[in-house]
Amino acid sequence: MSQSTDGLYVENVLADKINSRFGDRIKVSYLKPRRIRIDVSKDHVLELARFVRDELGFDHPISVSGVDYPKRSTIEVVYHIGSCSRDEYRSFVLAFAVHLPRDNPVMPTLIPVYRGVEYHEREVFEMLGVVFEGHPRLERLLLPEDWADIPPLLKDFHIKGREE
Amino acid sequence: MLRELLTPKRESKESVLSDHHDRPTNFNVLVGKLSEVLVKAIDAPLGYAINWGRLWSLWPVHLETACCSLEFGAASGPRYDVERFGIIEAFGSLRQCDLMVIQGTVTRKMAPRVRMIYDQMPDPKYVIAMGACAITGGLYFDSYNVLPGIDGVIPVDVYVPGCPPRPETLIQGCMLLQEKIKRTRFR
Amino acid sequence: MQQEDKALKDRVREIPGLQMEGEDRGILTLSVGPQHPGSGHFRLIIKVDGDIIAEALPDPGYVHRGEEKMCEYRNYIQNIPHLERPMIADSCGILYPYVLAVEELLGIQVPERAKYIRVIMAEINRCIFELYWLAIYGIFLGHSTMFMWPMADRELLIDLAEMASGARVTHAYFVPGGVRNDIPDIFVEKATKHVKYFRSRLKEYESIFYANPLFQARTVNVGVLRREDAINLGATGPVLRASGVEHDIRKAEPYDVYDEMDFKVITMKEGDSYARAYVPWLEMYESVEIILQALEKIPNGPVRIKLGPNPKGGVAEVFKRVEAARGELAYYIVSDGNPKPYRVKLSVPSFRELPVMAHLLKGAKLADMPSIYWSMNYWPVEADR
Repeated sequence: MSQSTDGLYVENVLADKINSRFGDRIKVSYLKPRRIRIDVSKDHVLELARFVRDELGFDHPISVSGVDYPKRSTIEVVYHIGSCSRDEYRSFVLAFAVHLPRDNPVMPTLIPVYRGVEYHEREVFEMLGVVFEGHPRLERLLLPEDWADIPPLLKDFHIKGREE
Repeated sequence: MLRELLTPKRESKESVLSDHHDRPTNFNVLVGKLSEVLVKAIDAPLGYAINWGRLWSLWPVHLETACCSLEFGAASGPRYDVERFGIIEAFGSLRQCDLMVIQGTVTRKMAPRVRMIYDQMPDPKYVIAMGACAITGGLYFDSYNVLPGIDGVIPVDVYVPGCPPRPETLIQGCMLLQEKIKRTRFR
Repeated sequence: MQQEDKALKDRVREIPGLQMEGEDRGILTLSVGPQHPGSGHFRLIIKVDGDIIAEALPDPGYVHRGEEKMCEYRNYIQNIPHLERPMIADSCGILYPYVLAVEELLGIQVPERAKYIRVIMAEINRCIFELYWLAIYGIFLGHSTMFMWPMADRELLIDLAEMASGARVTHAYFVPGGVRNDIPDIFVEKATKHVKYFRSRLKEYESIFYANPLFQARTVNVGVLRREDAINLGATGPVLRASGVEHDIRKAEPYDVYDEMDFKVITMKEGDSYARAYVPWLEMYESVEIILQALEKIPNGPVRIKLGPNPKGGVAEVFKRVEAARGELAYYIVSDGNPKPYRVKLSVPSFRELPVMAHLLKGAKLADMPSIYWSMNYWPVEADR
């Protein structure tokens, strides 16, 4: 597990640290140069975020994205976190993805760990319908106030005239 | 109004069949012809003077909608100076502006506010739709949140095409608007 | 009486976008509305207690054009024109990570000359953008000379960009595979001349703007952002570097030929509005250095790898980031093997400054609001995408 393959030494060391702490509660999805992606369930995501921020030094939230996979009936919420304080991880971006069931996408908010994800989570809420428990103000952000349609980034929503 | 004041009034006498009272007197004829001359002398030049004052001091509302606002800002810069045409951005209230330049895409969230701003401007007011997005929705015509053109919400006087239009095109649009104002009848 | 109050409150709550005044005495809700004599359409709902801002709620979305949804209906090349419009002044900066990400997805290597040209255009766009930002900063604080001078200096650099790409602002010059066309022969000599003149003009801004006691009175010690807050709230770009964090993607994760260029990362310790305005000015000096070095080292060769009509990658996902003029711009592209991307997510620096703005405006004086708001380098068109 700790052998360096294709020169991804630091990535493997990082993945080992997370694996040794969390074991089978997480799964390392892929390891690419300077990019690591971890799949985690919504029950352990807060603990993973705290560990990643305090022990590993990934403290700079970059973005929160939601992706809709209707074929797998899941909605994925992907958090991308960078590092500002540790020199060896400055070029790394850690992504952790939470898979949520498409008909009931609920997960806890990560605002207690990273305060900067507040508006990103609001946007994922209104664009995909994911509910973040514990969010202080889960409301519409970018769409008009009288939006009466389904969340637009779901694959069921088609732009008029371009149904395929 | 001037015309009405100077039109001679026929005095109505007792009999409608007697015609020598209906014939205008010499004084009436003189006043009638004088009124025509005065109206032609004052009405048209007065109208011309008022139109001249309006078209050389169009003050636009500061409404930087979207990307075209960059070229509007560049038009206010030293190279393409629109201030020599009298177009100064009034950084104050809307109540002193008479030109509204829709610079770019108007979204469904913003459209009621654009209408509100248009209603708050005093008459006479003019609208220039700048950029492809303000004319027909442009590059974003099929987006879920974009209005396909602003002329369904407010009446537009001049359309300036481009994405974004160069500052010279915008100045040409302003000059077209000036031609339009020159032809306006003064009421 | 209480029932009437409750009925009124319920009716008010139904009206979208309307806020009710607080029940405590003295709190007034102001709407610094979508149309204001400043930047684009962005609303700040400010609750004011006397002269102090008690709470500021940003209300973006007035220029939301649905970029991310539109990307899924066009293929990789057709996405280029509309993706560069969110930040039209820095159009190379917002297109750069998209082009790098698509190149990684398609697995193509770009020729060397194209990399140098891309670096030169990106730095020219950085200067064009920072000058526009400084011009509007002048207008915000009532300094109209500071509006005119940067606008004039910008025109020289826009001439260079027009010479290379054919358009003043929306270049659409970067494509996956290189750049669209080669630069003309006189570009190198004209660029050297223009950029050296621009460097001498930069010195003039010190005396009229940065050493101006009025500007200093309005921005020194206003909106101080501490280092830990800046990192945790996700600030980026000059806002982050003005709070003492030395983080620049051009040095942290170099892309194209930035690792061969010699430049410094500018940081300041104070974290107030003055530092946030000073850092971009010093960064423009570094941009000039990079442009001059790249113009000397540029090799000959092809500038573009021609792709087929409908390029597509495999089933993969890519996350690429770049240091645009405002900060870290990142794209997250998910591809499922089709010519059209499955999901494109833009992470723009303006959107990331929203929590920082809300945090800094709390407790500030109402008159400091323009100075804090504009020093965040927030562009509504970009934040709403």
